[in-house]
Amino acid sequence: MTNSDVPRERPLSPHLQVYSPMLTMMMSIVHRITGSALYFGTFLVVWWLIAAASGPAYFDLVNGFFSSWFGRLILFGYTWAAINHMLGGIKHLFWDTGRGFELETVERNARLTLGGSIVLTILLWVIAYGVK
Amino acid sequence: MVQLTLPKNSQVQPGKSWPAQDGDTTRQFQIYRYNPDSPDNPKLDTYTVDTENCGPMVLDALIKIKNEIDPTLTFRRSCREGICGSCSMNIDGTNTLACLKGLDEINGTVKIYPLPHMPVVKDLVPDMTQFYTQHRSIEPWLKTETTEPRKEWLQSHEDREKLDGLYECILCACCSTSCPSYWWNGDRYLGPAILLQAYRWLIDSRDEATGERLDDLEDPFRLYRCHTIMNCAKACPKGLNPAKAIAEVKKMMLERRV
Repeated sequence: MTNSDVPRERPLSPHLQVYSPMLTMMMSIVHRITGSALYFGTFLVVWWLIAAASGPAYFDLVNGFFSSWFGRLILFGYTWAAINHMLGGIKHLFWDTGRGFELETVERNARLTLGGSIVLTILLWVIAYGVK
Repeated sequence: MVQLTLPKNSQVQPGKSWPAQDGDTTRQFQIYRYNPDSPDNPKLDTYTVDTENCGPMVLDALIKIKNEIDPTLTFRRSCREGICGSCSMNIDGTNTLACLKGLDEINGTVKIYPLPHMPVVKDLVPDMTQFYTQHRSIEPWLKTETTEPRKEWLQSHEDREKLDGLYECILCACCSTSCPSYWWNGDRYLGPAILLQAYRWLIDSRDEATGERLDDLEDPFRLYRCHTIMNCAKACPKGLNPAKAIAEVKKMMLERRV
């Protein structure tokens, strides 16, 4: 029995802990994460440009970093983030016109965004290595 | 604010296993329990129910547990046919009405929690005060300025059709409490259910307060915390699409500016 005038603070019911993860929900948070990643990715571009303006020695150093396996991994991730965020952005443009809200369409577009971003990223890198 | 984990007093502890019912076909239920009269944290109790002698819906099983195993189990229910919206809860990972969710739609143990990210009064009963206050804030009634007609306000068939997919909402809060944006900003963001209701009055040809209603929603939080996550439309047990209604409100905002 409670014997106090001060009511106990009510507990908060579980949310993320119990809600079943769905692709649409995941793609939404990935859109935000890739958006933030692009923000930091811009620093890499700026760093590269500053290096180019600083002279050949520093430029070689930075270029060396981007050519290393670790640098390429970062650039690969950056490419995927950019493409994923772009496809997600196109999806949001459609939504802004009031279209594409049917549950089947929403599901299909989530798959298209994910699949499309992976395929396009790999394609872009294959082409990049091809023209090198 | 975003807090991904549960506060200390809300973390769910293992609970007790109640004596199993006999029967050829039994089913396990794991149900969130919280007793405000005990100092303990919420717990997850396990029940084994004879589903051979039980109705087909999750609500039937809950009533059977309350009648035959544990009379202290607390939940809201009334119409048992998806029209009152009382038995909304989180079943098998998604929000829905217990009376409309068939036991055959769930694999394995049936896990039941209260509606997510809500203050819990007891067991499966959340405190809906904020939700109802938000509903009141959009003034969900017909607002007019012209002189009242002698009989009723008339509406064309076409204008009446615009309310289809909106008027069916029973305010069960399944959608709002499925929305991560509402979880993190529920104090300021109105959430899918209330915004669908807002659109229901915005699009009503008889209502004469459209501009005023839009002014009230023109706010970075009240309306624009919707990021089209789509959990709302997926959860709605009435098959409505709050996300689309919100998109229409955003469009109205834009249209009146150009």
